[in-house]
Amino acid sequence: MKRYLPHTLLAAGLAGAAILHFVSPQLDDYAVNILVLAGINVILAASLNLVNGHTGQFSLGHAGFMAAGAYASSIATLALAPLVAQAGQPAQHALFLAALLFGGLFASLCGLLVGIPSLRLRGDYLAIVTLGFGEIIRVVIQNTNALGGARGLEGIPAWTNLFWTWGTAVVCIYTIACLVNSTYGRGFIAVRDDEIAAESMGINTTKYKVIAFVIGAFFAGMAGGLYAHLITFIAPEGFNFLKSVDVVVMVILGGMGSTPGVVAAAILLTLLNELLRDFEQYRMIVFALLLILLMILRPQGLLGNFHKRPKAKP
Amino acid sequence: MKSLLELAGVGIQFGGLKAVDALDFTMPEGGLLGLIGPNGAGKTTVFNMITGVYRPTSGRIVFNGGTISGIGPSRITRLGVARTFQNIRLFESLSVFDNVRTAMITSLRHGISHALTRGPAFRAEEDRIRAGAMELLGIFDLAEAADRDAVSLSYGDRRRLEIVRALATGPRLLLLDEPAAGMNPTEKTRLMELIAFIRSKFSITVLLVEHDMKVVMGICEKIVVLNYGRKIAEGTPGEIRTSPLVIEAYLGKESAHA
Amino acid sequence: MDWANLAQQLVNGLSLGAIYALIALGYTMVYGVLRFINFAHGEVFMVGSFAGLYFHRWLKPFCEGMPAPISAAVVLLASMGACALLGVVIEKLAYKPLRNRSRLTVLITAIGVSLLLAYSAQLLFGAAPKGFPQLIENQTISLGGEATVTTEQLVVLGVTALLLVALRFIVQKTRMGLAMRALSNNPTAASLMGVNTDRVISFTFALGSALAAAAGIFFAMLYQAIDPFMGTLPGIKAFVAAVLGGIGNITGAALGGVLIGLVETLVTAYSQNIGIPSGYRDAVAFVLLILILLFKPTGLLGKTEREKV
Repeated sequence: MKRYLPHTLLAAGLAGAAILHFVSPQLDDYAVNILVLAGINVILAASLNLVNGHTGQFSLGHAGFMAAGAYASSIATLALAPLVAQAGQPAQHALFLAALLFGGLFASLCGLLVGIPSLRLRGDYLAIVTLGFGEIIRVVIQNTNALGGARGLEGIPAWTNLFWTWGTAVVCIYTIACLVNSTYGRGFIAVRDDEIAAESMGINTTKYKVIAFVIGAFFAGMAGGLYAHLITFIAPEGFNFLKSVDVVVMVILGGMGSTPGVVAAAILLTLLNELLRDFEQYRMIVFALLLILLMILRPQGLLGNFHKRPKAKP
Repeated sequence: MKSLLELAGVGIQFGGLKAVDALDFTMPEGGLLGLIGPNGAGKTTVFNMITGVYRPTSGRIVFNGGTISGIGPSRITRLGVARTFQNIRLFESLSVFDNVRTAMITSLRHGISHALTRGPAFRAEEDRIRAGAMELLGIFDLAEAADRDAVSLSYGDRRRLEIVRALATGPRLLLLDEPAAGMNPTEKTRLMELIAFIRSKFSITVLLVEHDMKVVMGICEKIVVLNYGRKIAEGTPGEIRTSPLVIEAYLGKESAHA
Repeated sequence: MDWANLAQQLVNGLSLGAIYALIALGYTMVYGVLRFINFAHGEVFMVGSFAGLYFHRWLKPFCEGMPAPISAAVVLLASMGACALLGVVIEKLAYKPLRNRSRLTVLITAIGVSLLLAYSAQLLFGAAPKGFPQLIENQTISLGGEATVTTEQLVVLGVTALLLVALRFIVQKTRMGLAMRALSNNPTAASLMGVNTDRVISFTFALGSALAAAAGIFFAMLYQAIDPFMGTLPGIKAFVAAVLGGIGNITGAALGGVLIGLVETLVTAYSQNIGIPSGYRDAVAFVLLILILLFKPTGLLGKTEREKV
């Protein structure tokens, strides 16, 4: 029966998401909202973890892919929602799924465009370049009137719910776990641990990096789409560098390379965000101190297993 | 005998420094060649050029009839050249078993979609790889350690694991970079037996960089001597042992392991 | 061809470039000795501006009788000193414990420090922009036609030039400068030769931070408003300048800063002619960064470093 364990878990996860959704009317709106946000953060963290954690490519531009997905899916639903309004619920669900997938695919295309030139750069340069690309995406959106420009896009249908969110989260976790725990997937970790040794074992490191980037961007795009259809109004400012840092903190806290770790960290930090909502002034200061202390005292985060080859002494 | 590896006029220049200059030598299929020379002679640089880590600035490297100089390392490995490193470069977050698994990625016939759908084809391939990796580990006495972290092995075991990992790529040519470094005499004797065993069991050609003269003289069929990036002598162990040029190059430079 | 306008834009671009150059020098020097990107450097620039604001306020009673240039110089030097101290403290508390860790670990910490500085400033001073006092009387001098240069711009250009000369002197002609160069070339050999690594690193941070503070004051002088988040964009652009010039190369950083200042100003001024909306101003630096890293990653004046295998 072990051979079907992953599939069983996937089915169970999706069923769980459905149950969660059906139970949700019993919970108050505020709690449901937090659960949905937690789910979106789980998707963001797990997808970034594939790039930063498993493959060791430090990307600071994840918010850019989230933005790409948010805007792409919103444009699709805004344009097509009136058309399916008459056709009823199933058509609406189908449209939403299609829009989310469209957002994900568009984001992964951006991931491809960003990844191919960037991925031959060294760690710290890659970080700055991905930051740059994230900012470029944001500036482009800001200057494009068709996307609402700096004012943003509003009136997005509020279709996100617990099923869509946690269902996507389950699929995301399933995908990444299955990928990384296969022989093929060990290649990502090999690329992280020692690129030169990985190349010497016949592993095409560039291909792996690009694939991690593209898959990471895809799910970030889906998270963006879910987010857009939750808060119904998106603006470029919401997808800036600080948003990328938010996700990076989740990955680092959870432990780069540990999927369970980052899932836990994402949920934890969503709750922490809520607790500190009234202390917005202090929130980022707390996050910043958290980052600094983590790096000094426990760089492997909660559950991480980080053995990157240290820079060779001259 | 057809030569498997051929270096013709190979050289590399770093800025103003010619690290390797006009190097020529050939290796027959199934042979065992030793590359020796004082520290800094350019031996590892030659390895790095053969394996594609560095690109030669002059000359040509031909492997199995095809030019490999200028091709990237992962392609060269897929063509049949594998190596170990002077400073062991294992994948430290992975287990012993997984380190060998990564070397078998190139033999995968199925990719991402199968890893995600996990159907029978995927299972069959994973079983094949598991069996192959465990068999290799078994031959080299590392099977019990399969699930341990690679970093937890002893130094000698880590060197052996690196060799196993290189063998898992299914190479025709194996480059060993100072495999005897840090070993005591007993371990060195075992290493020599190991290399002889690898040659015969896997029909592999071996190119060795080594400082330890006992090991080199003991197993190499042919020796090429480098000094300051240039070949100063080439011949059988007997010829090299008595060559005045070689003795002069080593004069005053005591090998730490002699 | 409107030559007067071009001249004006060149003057503006040079002034902006001088500011970027001063910040870029800090990035490049720290990268030279520690091989890491001090992400928090842009925030030191911001702190410099605020230091200028508050020193001006506090020192007003003492500076009553002094001519404006002197009191301005006092404010400038005080801010430079304060930021030099800040730089040293940051290094000792946040970066020194991580000296032997991977560069990415330190980069992440630097991001943390950057956020800490910016948000603490927001907490202390509020998010709203503050006006910067007039340090010296600002007169407009005509260059011919409609082009003008202000005395403030002249001061920025002049003092920057002075600072660059002073920096060159320090790096080339003093023992500490020699130690910096040795450390950036080969850390092990340098420390074996008796170079006190800790001291040199502290000095490097102090020097870079002082220059960033000067940049902060000049920026505040020219653009007249400061806020806690003013450091982010100039910081990143200055980093791009350092990379453009060849990271680790001091002349390169200055050159890169000036180039970025000029390109950014010219692209914005002629945005109609080129067909790029002026809102893309901030993207210019990023695009330059990507181009440089694609085509000449070592920068205009840099050299390659090979990893030993």
